[in-house]
Amino acid sequence: MAEGYSNKVMEHFRNPHNVGEMKDPDGTGHVGNPVCGDIMEMYIKVKDNIITDVKFKTFGCGAAIATSSMMTDLVKGKTIEEALKISNRAVVDALEGLPPRKLHCSVLAEDALKGAINDHLLKTTGKGLQGWKPRDEHDLEHGH
Amino acid sequence: MSTTWSTGTKEKNMGKVYLDHSAANPVDKRVLESMLPWLSDNCGNPSSLYEQGRAAAAAIDAARKQVAGLINASPEEIIFTSCGTESNNFALRGLALANQKKGKHIITSAIEHFSVLHPLKTLEKEGFKITQVPVDNNGVIKLDEMKKAMTSETILISVTHASNEIGSIEPIEQIVKIARENNVLVHADAVQAAGVIPVDVQKLGVDALSLAANQFYGPKGIAALYLRKGTRILPLLEGGVQEGGRRAGTENVAGIVGMGKAAERAKAGMDDRIAYLKRIQQRILDGLKAKVPTFHLTGHPEQRLPNHVSGCVEFIEGESMSMFLDMEGISASTGSACVSKALKASHVLLAIGVAREMVNGSIVFSHGKDTSEQDIDHLLEKFPPIVERLQAMSPLKRTKG
Repeated sequence: MAEGYSNKVMEHFRNPHNVGEMKDPDGTGHVGNPVCGDIMEMYIKVKDNIITDVKFKTFGCGAAIATSSMMTDLVKGKTIEEALKISNRAVVDALEGLPPRKLHCSVLAEDALKGAINDHLLKTTGKGLQGWKPRDEHDLEHGH
Repeated sequence: MSTTWSTGTKEKNMGKVYLDHSAANPVDKRVLESMLPWLSDNCGNPSSLYEQGRAAAAAIDAARKQVAGLINASPEEIIFTSCGTESNNFALRGLALANQKKGKHIITSAIEHFSVLHPLKTLEKEGFKITQVPVDNNGVIKLDEMKKAMTSETILISVTHASNEIGSIEPIEQIVKIARENNVLVHADAVQAAGVIPVDVQKLGVDALSLAANQFYGPKGIAALYLRKGTRILPLLEGGVQEGGRRAGTENVAGIVGMGKAAERAKAGMDDRIAYLKRIQQRILDGLKAKVPTFHLTGHPEQRLPNHVSGCVEFIEGESMSMFLDMEGISASTGSACVSKALKASHVLLAIGVAREMVNGSIVFSHGKDTSEQDIDHLLEKFPPIVERLQAMSPLKRTKG
């Protein structure tokens, strides 16, 4: 298959979980990847500090769609603190790996989630996620 | 289509719709048959004087005539190479270095293949000046800009005959006219065009022209550079007198024989084939227009390769499209940044003014002589829902209401 994607990636690409928009989300993260032009949006519902629902929309390649889907699976039902601990590496591992050139897609998923949490915290506490800002091009982990 | 053109691949690929003929083609059955003896019993090295060697040399001579015949050249003007990329590299480096005493300026276009752009970058590092002339929104090289780019230092113009990404056919004759007025050589990269549409080096007036066998149902790994009689060139490969000392190395006899046969067959059936390819092309265009309103054709609407439909789809990305098509048994390629090694948006699509947000939504359907109307119907049935599905997933397209 294209790019040497794992079966897990293909599974999530073929039938991505939690796709779509969300009505009245408690937080929205919107990130664009300056490297390849991919764009990702993530929406969360939060109740009692727990992410009860999460949805995404993605413009991008197979890896971008699969990482979005996997990220939503991993964060659903988690507390904000637990969700923040989910790194892009954890998403890659859950997908049974990504081709090196596609690793930056997983960074995008992590950033989209953090963006959504940041938005939620801003709305509820007036303070965003401490010390967080979307990574720029130079920080992105992408293979050559 | 004429059944004598059967490649025998149809049966094996039942249910598969191959629409990437710009990238690769099956080897025609007759071509394959012509090659087989040269892969087994006829083992002679064409440089050897004994019988087997002489037989191989004679086979190469015959193939050289056939290839020359395809583009209206003389046999001695054909230099066999290993691929279109080698032909392009050879033409650029070989002509630049052989003529550098006259000047060190080379003109090319903004929509060239990397096998032209990269050797030019290397030449630039070595002290040559390179000018890339822009194209219009249809991908046609701007002739007035070409004229303006000429300097007293200009020695060579290298332009694509037809682009693999957008299919537009370039005004080579007019470019040659400009070059002649300035005593400048012209190389055309005709890898996508030769064997598909009529390419006549006398009519075009070019000094060098690249062509590759696989584009007209010959094998991969064999190509040629046409070089007008009397044109000086420095070899890329040295160490032998093959190809008149211009390309050393034991000849790929089977490949050359196959390229000759493929050239002969491409020439013989060309008019009928073009008519057929155009009919299929129209079917794709009409179908997309009716069923995928967010598909926008790239390249020239009429002045384009008859086996090529390219475009960009709004709000979605090319690799995803290509992967979903693959799941439906349809092979098509994309110029999306996501599949490029450098993760960069296509320079060709940017050059024709495709908007940044659309440039990664490119898809190319390039059909062949064996593509059937049913194949296209399959595409037109499967493609629209793929587009809709990806658009529903895209943050660029907002749900209505």
